[in-house]
Amino acid sequence: MSRKKLARGNTIRRSTRKWFPLFLGPVVCAFIIGFVWPFIQGIYLSFCQFKLIADAKPIGIGNYVRAFKDAAFTHAFWYTTLYTVVSLVLINVLAFAVAYALTQGIKGSNLFRTVFFMPNLIGGIVLGHIWSMIFDGILSKFSTSIVMDSKYGFWGLVILMCWQQVGYMMIIYIAGLQAVPEDMLEAARIDGASKAQTLFKVTIPNVMPSITICMFLSLTNGFKLFDQNLALTNGQPITMQPGGTAVKTTEMLALNIFTTYNNSSPNAHGTAQAKAVIFFILVAGLGLAQLAYTRKKEVQQ
Amino acid sequence: MNGSLAAERRNKMILSAVLGVVCVIYVLPVAAVLINSFKLNTFVKTDTFALPTGEMWAGMDNFIKGMTFGNYPFWNSVKYSVVITLLSTALILVGTSMAAWYIARVNSAFCRALYFLCVFSMVVPFQMVMFTLSNTADQLKLNTPWTIPIVYLGFGAGLAIFMFVGFVKSIPLEIEEAAAIDGCGPLRTFFLVVVPMLKPTMISVGILEIMWVWNDYLLPYLVLDLEKYRTIPIHIQYLKGSYGTVDLGATMALILLAIIPVIIFYLACQKHIIKGVAAGAVKG
Repeated sequence: MSRKKLARGNTIRRSTRKWFPLFLGPVVCAFIIGFVWPFIQGIYLSFCQFKLIADAKPIGIGNYVRAFKDAAFTHAFWYTTLYTVVSLVLINVLAFAVAYALTQGIKGSNLFRTVFFMPNLIGGIVLGHIWSMIFDGILSKFSTSIVMDSKYGFWGLVILMCWQQVGYMMIIYIAGLQAVPEDMLEAARIDGASKAQTLFKVTIPNVMPSITICMFLSLTNGFKLFDQNLALTNGQPITMQPGGTAVKTTEMLALNIFTTYNNSSPNAHGTAQAKAVIFFILVAGLGLAQLAYTRKKEVQQ
Repeated sequence: MNGSLAAERRNKMILSAVLGVVCVIYVLPVAAVLINSFKLNTFVKTDTFALPTGEMWAGMDNFIKGMTFGNYPFWNSVKYSVVITLLSTALILVGTSMAAWYIARVNSAFCRALYFLCVFSMVVPFQMVMFTLSNTADQLKLNTPWTIPIVYLGFGAGLAIFMFVGFVKSIPLEIEEAAAIDGCGPLRTFFLVVVPMLKPTMISVGILEIMWVWNDYLLPYLVLDLEKYRTIPIHIQYLKGSYGTVDLGATMALILLAIIPVIIFYLACQKHIIKGVAAGAVKG
């Protein structure tokens, strides 16, 4: 029996193995060009001073020191964190509420779902321009504009992202809600549980996997946000720090890395790459930590 | 009992009505694009939410002006966006499904290492590799719409391979074995037996890739030779980023032209798109 099983997997394995160049070759080549090599080179260059990659010279951790001392970078970090927390809570609460409403068997559910998801098909740059026109249309009545006050820029971005992402998260929550066993809900009903009790004691524990995914997605999406930030405010308005450095008040981390790279100072490229490495560690670390935490909760329940 | 049923029906009606109102608010931004694309530029900022009537009416002027706006023909950016999206998606689908099948079936140490790297690449933000990637792509002359799909295959392989491997592992081995016994080599086994079974996953992955590549801004911005090749997002960003006053009316006309095909695509493939998104989300 076990010999037969062993032989089975082997037939396909043995005959396929020598086809390596055809099946795996193209992807491996592209993966090296598009990911592995740039990644390794990126880590190396974060310790270098360079204008052109060909004449990079190692300078130790100078780039990292510069990155942490950069007021614009620390501002972007706190700004990104604040934005991520606010948008994570708003998007998930709204998305869950909409998904819950749409799974109650009301009229027009399909139409509502279609409309709420629609903004996801439109790209970040285009969305940014649409909303900057709308916000400016409203704010011009008060003779101001979205790039005049960082408060407008912040809440503008939150509104834009809610508009886009609620529909996306809603789809995931709907899938989760539809998978809650019907007999469990019925049992709760027979036991005389109220709607709120059923929601909090039965439904929500059962959709924890969907909540995990959505939190993970909105957390990393929030930190990685770039297109919408660029198109809506491009970091404006700018304030001058006492030290003489200019800080773009609505600039998020990804955009800060991008603008740093385009700076003309001789250390700009290296510092931008060091920021990118910090950014990578932050995004990857946060995502994994959050995932591990929610997975643990899931098991306990 | 009857009373509570009636109450529940009434509650559902109220809920429907509330969601209906939210729906109308939801489409307002798109409606705003529509009305402003027919409005004279000077009125877009002052009367954003008014219908383009009377002196505000610009007719087709915005569309005609928009065509050559920013010293770049708009249709070229449409053309390049279509070429890049279709080629990249096709390349990713063929390349990663073959690779995923090989990884799942051969399962050697190298395969496992590659699979691990793919999963790892999914948590790496683009900013980490963007400067070095654009430099590498430049050196290898991958800066045209016909070669940039290789860059997309490289950077986007992770999620696609992850999804395909997950599905291949759930296919019973017996079917492929039967094909092998009947004399099919790996190539024919893959294309005649495995690919038909992979079809649902192919559609999901294809939808996700189309949505990603079509809307992507930064990767083509850094990789492409921008004098010659611009995609729609790059072109639209150029209009606003350019110096001087921006013609908002013409910009809205172009945005309208850019989102109409997207909305048609969405309405036509809605079922697959929503399924694909739900499938792709499970990657966490």
